[in-house]
Parts: sequence; structure tokens; C-alpha cells
Amino acid sequence: GKLDCVLSYSDDFKHRSIVYSFPDAENSNLPVFTMNYARIQVPFEVTLWVLLASFAKIGFHVYHKITFWVPESCLLISIGLMVGAIMHSVHEEPPAVLSYNVFFLFMLPPIVLESGYFIPTRPFFENVGTVLWFAVVGTLWNSIGIGMSLYAVCQIEAFEVQDINLQENMLFAAIISAVDPVAVLSVFEDVSVNEQLYIVVFGECLFNDAVTVVLYNMFNFVAEMPEVEPVDVFLGVARFFVVGLGGMGFGVIFGFVASFTTRFTSNVREIEPLFIFMYSYLAYLVAELFSISSIMAIVTCALTMKYYVEENVSQRSCTTIRHVVKMLGTISETLIFFFLGVVTITTEHEWNWGYIMFTLLLALVWRGLGVLVLTQIINPFRTIPFNFKDQFILGYGGLRGAISFALVFTLPDSIGRKKLFVTTTICMIMFTVFIQGISIRPLIEFINVRRTNRNLETINVEIHSRLIEHTIAGVEDLCGQWSHYYWKDKFLKFNNRILRKILIRDNRAESSIVALYKKLELQNAMEILDTVSGDINAGSSIVSLQYVYPLSHSSACFLSLSLSLSRSLSLACSLSLACSLSLSFSLSLLLAFSLSLSLSLSLSLSVSFCGLVTLSVSLSLCPPGCLSYTSFHIVHPSSLTHYPFNLNRSDGYLRNPEGFGLGSIYQG
Amino acid sequence: MGSTNSTLSKIPNVEELVQETGFTPAHIVRLYDRFEALDKEKTGHLRPQDFGAINRLAINPIGDRIIGAFFSPGQETVDFHSFVRILAHFRPADKKRPKDPSMPEPVNSRTSKLKFAFQLYDQDKDGKISRAELLQVLRSMLEMQVTEEQLESIADRTIQEADLDTDDAISFEEFRKVPPGGALRLTYQHGALTQIRFIIVKNYVRFDNGKQAMKGNRYLKFTLPC
Repeated sequence: GKLDCVLSYSDDFKHRSIVYSFPDAENSNLPVFTMNYARIQVPFEVTLWVLLASFAKIGFHVYHKITFWVPESCLLISIGLMVGAIMHSVHEEPPAVLSYNVFFLFMLPPIVLESGYFIPTRPFFENVGTVLWFAVVGTLWNSIGIGMSLYAVCQIEAFEVQDINLQENMLFAAIISAVDPVAVLSVFEDVSVNEQLYIVVFGECLFNDAVTVVLYNMFNFVAEMPEVEPVDVFLGVARFFVVGLGGMGFGVIFGFVASFTTRFTSNVREIEPLFIFMYSYLAYLVAELFSISSIMAIVTCALTMKYYVEENVSQRSCTTIRHVVKMLGTISETLIFFFLGVVTITTEHEWNWGYIMFTLLLALVWRGLGVLVLTQIINPFRTIPFNFKDQFILGYGGLRGAISFALVFTLPDSIGRKKLFVTTTICMIMFTVFIQGISIRPLIEFINVRRTNRNLETINVEIHSRLIEHTIAGVEDLCGQWSHYYWKDKFLKFNNRILRKILIRDNRAESSIVALYKKLELQNAMEILDTVSGDINAGSSIVSLQYVYPLSHSSACFLSLSLSLSRSLSLACSLSLACSLSLSFSLSLLLAFSLSLSLSLSLSLSVSFCGLVTLSVSLSLCPPGCLSYTSFHIVHPSSLTHYPFNLNRSDGYLRNPEGFGLGSIYQG
Repeated sequence: MGSTNSTLSKIPNVEELVQETGFTPAHIVRLYDRFEALDKEKTGHLRPQDFGAINRLAINPIGDRIIGAFFSPGQETVDFHSFVRILAHFRPADKKRPKDPSMPEPVNSRTSKLKFAFQLYDQDKDGKISRAELLQVLRSMLEMQVTEEQLESIADRTIQEADLDTDDAISFEEFRKVPPGGALRLTYQHGALTQIRFIIVKNYVRFDNGKQAMKGNRYLKFTLPC
């Protein structure tokens, strides 16, 4: 019989699907092979984009030197730019990942959850005053300063931006003055500055959300109204308190509810991690419902929850939770930067030299001034004051990122110069992420900021710290002086007497000394097992890497033929010549990186003969409907990577200074 | 200001105290008021029992050690001058102090603070923290939570980490080298909200690539949680 081929378009004419169907005739046979792309389209494309971005991440680590000097965010944006260029040249639209809803509901929560979950709690609570000071007052200072000065700049006729009025300038300033958690964390975690500085930068970028939300809403509201009344300013202040305290309140409530729930989950261990994620996400969504600061809600939820939950859940669940939180955060971050690059190319821009340059300049200037002034005011209240080097890094580390980008897209279209704002925001983000992000590491070394050796944990430290805490508390009692030790003591008593009884299942108080001791012993035990008997693979992978290494520096892909077997399947064969002479046989599985229009997944197998010639055959799958198939392969032979299960590795888990949870294999 | 002045006049040798300890006169007045409040019998001296009247100090795990630090060996009482001198240990260090080797170390320098902390451990004042002394401290801090065996394991591990000249005790020099304040707290943090505030003010280890090799790898102790 005849095969009917139906070409159907989706509603927005962007996607085609081909459905092969047989007419209902007498001679119809059973279709052996059918294809229905439309049905799986959305999940399929999501998966492929995630995979592509993740392959990019794998690819970066091939050369360690790159990731050392260039933060991953920059690399991801660059790859995104390339992909965006390709897509733009064939007029394909990228998926709307950075649209308001998708970004704020799906992309941002995992990152903020990860930040909140792995905040080092003790330094955080010690510095909470400074953190809030910088977050609230600092952001206000920046917004108002930048807004006003931009308005002044707009008055200059030469720049042709006189039509932007004060409210719009202030609105724009509110958007770009907020330091972005995603960008800052990805840069700062690799650089080990001293604890105080780290926690202030970290905390500031998380907690300035309240101010940003309020300012954004306020100026948005005001931009549409012809005039501002004084009562609006008061309402703005009131709204700030509602937003900030409300966010924190919701977070704490959900944290307690989560802890309480985990008290009863001893029989359903498998779904214990679920509660953590659901409750924190719920906190985020409820906060979004009331338009209060959702970032603060999820951060406080994670902070509150972590302490009690980790005592209630099993060891395995604890590890799972930590691992999944990290994973989700990393995926989100990767995707955000990647799509930042993609969307940069595909949006419409309006360039204006004066406005953009002045924005960059003013942002730097105001941030620097702000940090200087604020530090002078708060230094007397700090035990460890910030010196000038710290202040410099504090100011220089104020990177802007994707949150500003998403916010600028949601500006109402009634604002005439929206495209200019979009372009300026993108420039701002690119500038801070690339220039400041790349230069901050050499700068830190150059000006010799106090660093910290974060990975050092010993029993001695723990014991001495405890002793000194007790000493200080005792001396304070002696002097009759109360400081935050008093409140800490009170809180701990309240905690022990009431909260722990309610929220924790097995109320056995355990000193941190004992806990740390157990942890360290377990770590030692597992290290010994790892290196002595365990990993057979460790040996051979080192061997194979040894041989393959000379190749990796000098192989190049010379010839690449690609055959399209059908519209969806193609076989590419490439021959590459290695320039160095080494006698080895290695069979390596390559993960080839391929950039193509509608995404394709490819696997390739390569065999190298005498180290001279590498033949690689790759098979790639791409959905039907791609216009043309272009690809290039980055062939890297030494991709046999092996990650031994070693708790002390810090490179895989750079984001988390606290180390990893205990492995589950020794738990009954 | 009138009451301050009048209180100041009651204290003998105020200027000398100010000079030696670096407290401002206002601080000294406050401390004097506190001293008088503790000294119920108005003898001008404090005895250990007077300290015991402070409730919260009494339930502090190392409360008795702190009280003991005020009394020099052999002395039964503490007068106001000694009281203030000991408390001067807790003042923040003066960063701008010129490092003059001929002058004695000021009371609130980092070294003096470390010595004070060391003395809390070293009750018999032989210049070393022996295993027994460490065990005592651990016992008082950990009280009921652990068994005697676990205490001994912890003490062993502690000495092993810090003991560089393998004499099974921690001398003051070894004590100084332990870098407190660098590590971030980990998994089982119980929301303890303090930092090493007064005693070690600026202690940042210069970051280098090798992490400190743990001597614990020499032998293995399987003391898994019970």
C-alpha cells in the first residue's frame, strides 16, 4: 500500500512534524516504524539543551588552566553566544528560558536553595548585621545614586536620551544596582578570600532581593503614574518591611514545618529528601504569591530547616539531599549563563554609546563609594574590621547577572526606551561577569587580600573553639556585660529545651566535638579503603592517561565527512592526525561536542593506531526538521575521567566550603 | 560624670592601671562597680566563693577553671588590681602597636591571649598540656555525652594532630601553631553562634596549595558511632 506522509505545523509555525500514516484501505499493513515528534518535543528539547550545556561544562575541565583563570560563567556565556549566533543566522528562535516566569519559577529557586543550604551558618550569624547593612542600605544607595546621576546624564543633549524621565531612570537603576547571587557565587567560590569577606559578599547578594523587589515594584508603579506623592514614599518603606520580614517569616515557618514533618518520616526513608525540596519550593512560591521576597524566604527556610532536618533524616537521605541540591543548583546556573549568551544575540538591541558607557561608569563609581562610606560607618561595630583591601574586593566583587536581565525584560512596554535598557543591562552583565570576573582572581593575589584555608578542619580547632566560647561566656557573666553571646546562650537554651523536643525525633544532644570526631574518623577510614584496596580503576586510568597525554596536546581534526543517512540520523567519519609520536594503543570513548542547529546528541568511538592516527566514527541523532546539519567535533582523546570517591576533594564541590556529607555505604 | 569622678577617686593607683591595661577610666569605673557588687562583704578582696555566686558562671563547664585563672598560685584572694589585669587580656589587640622587643608584651597582645587560653588547659602549670589534662577538659565539656573510651580516643587524636615533637603532650609552641578560626563548621553544627572573638583576632593562614597533612593516617581507628 501507499505510505501517507503528513507534514503538519505547530501553532506558531516554528516546528514541523512529520507523521507517517497509513490510509484505512484494504491493503493496509501494520506500520513497522512510526515517528511522532510533536508529542515529545518539549521534554526532548529541554533534555537536549540541558545536555548540551552540561557537555560544555565537561569540555571546560579538559584543560585545567582555562577554568583556573576564567570563571565558568564566562565560558558558558561564550558558548552560549556561539550557539546564539548559529541560531540567529538561521532564524531559529531559542527557547524562552529567560522569560520572566520560567526564570523566576524554575531557574532561580534551585540556585538560591543551594546557596541557602550551604551557607556557613556560624560566620553568617556573626556577621548578620553587616550583611543586612550592606544588602539594604548598600542597594538603596546604589539605586538612588545611579538613578539620579543617570537622569542628570540624560539631560545632556548629545546623547539623545532626553526622553527618559526620572522615574524610568530610577526604575532602571533599581534593576541594575542589585548584586546578583548567581554571578557572584560562581566567581567567589573558586577564590578563597577570607571568611568575613566571603560571607558578607555572599549574604549581601542573597539578601538584597527584598530591596530590589520593593524598589522595582515601587518605581514600576510610579513610572506609570504622572506624579509621586510623599505618602507613596512612606508606603514604600512600609512595603519594604513587609517584604523583608514577611519573606523571612515565611521561610522560618516553612523551615519549622519541614523539620516537624521529618520527625515522623522514619518509616518512609526513601521520600525524605522530597520534603526538603517541596517545602522550600513551597516557601518560594507562597512568597511569590504575595509578591514578597521569595529569595529571602527560600534562604531562611533552608537555613532553619537544615539544622533540624539533618538530625532527623537518615544518613543516606542526608547525602542525597546535599547531592541533589548541589546538582540542581549547578544545572540551573549552567543553563542560566548559557542562555544569557544565547539570548544576547537573538534579542533586538538599541545601542547608545553615551548612556551605556555612563551606566557602566556610574555603577562602578557608586558601588565603590557606597562600599567605602558604608564600611567606615560599620567598621567600629565589627570585631574584625575591613581594611582597604577587603573593601576593594567587596566593591569590585559586585557582579550583576541574570536577575537583572530577567527583570529588565518584564519592564512594561509603555516605557519607550525598553530596548535601550535591555542592551544596557546586557552590557552591564557582560562587563561585570567577564572583566571583573576574570580579573578578580589575579587582583586578589596581587593586592594580597587575606585568604583563608577553608578546608582545614581538625579536632584541635573544634576543642579550642568550644573552650574559648565557654571562656568568653564565663567572663562576660563575670563582668556582667551582655553581648551577643548572651543572646546566643539564651537561644541555645530555648533551642535545647523547647525546639529540639518538638522538632527532632531522637533528642540526644551531641556536642560538635563528638560529631566532628566521628566524621573525621569515618573520613580516614574511607580514605584508607579508597587508596589501598579499593579502586582497581584508579591504576589503569592513570596508566592510560599517561599514554594518551601527548596526544591530547597535539591532535587535530583534519577531515570530517558527514553523511546523512536519513533526515534524522547521520554518520560522520573523521580522520585526524596526531603530530606527536608515541606508541600506544588506547581505546577511548569520546564525548564529542557538536554544535548544530536543532541540537543533536552524538556519541563517537575512536581508535588510535600507534598514536599517530586517530580514527573516530560518530553517530548522531537529531530530530527531524532541522534545516541543515552542520557540526564540528572537538576530539579529545583523554577523556577517560575517573573520580574516586574521595571526600577530601575540593574541586568537584567547589561551591560548598563545608565539605560533603558522609557516604552512605557504611551505614546499616 | 560626678559619680564617675567620685568612684575614680576611691580606686587607688588608677593612672597606673590605665597605663598598664589600656582600659579607659570609664571602663575601670564599671569594672569597679562590678567588683563591689561581687564583694558582698566589702573586704576589698574577692574569694573563690564570691565568684561562685554568679549563677551562670557556676553552670559553665569550665567555670571553675576561669575562676582559677584569676588567682595566682598560692593566693587566696584577688584584689581589684589583679582583677582588672586579668580582664585586660580580653581587650581587642592594638594593631598599630610598634613591635618593640625591649618592651614587655602588652597584656592584650595575641601571644598573651594565647597564653591565657593555654593556662586554662594547663592546670598544673608545667608548660605542657598532658593527656590527662586534656582528658579533664574534654570530660568537663562533654560531660554525659560520651563514654570514657570515646573521650580517650578524642584526646588521642587531638594530641596526635597537634603534637609535633611526639612527646605525647602539647607545648605552648605547638598550641600556637594550631590554626584556629580557619575552618568552617560542618555537618553537625548545632547553631553555635560565636566566633573566637577576643582571643585570636587576626588569624588567617596564608593560602597555599598543600593542605595540612593529617597525621591521623598513620594508624586507623575504627570507632564508628555506636
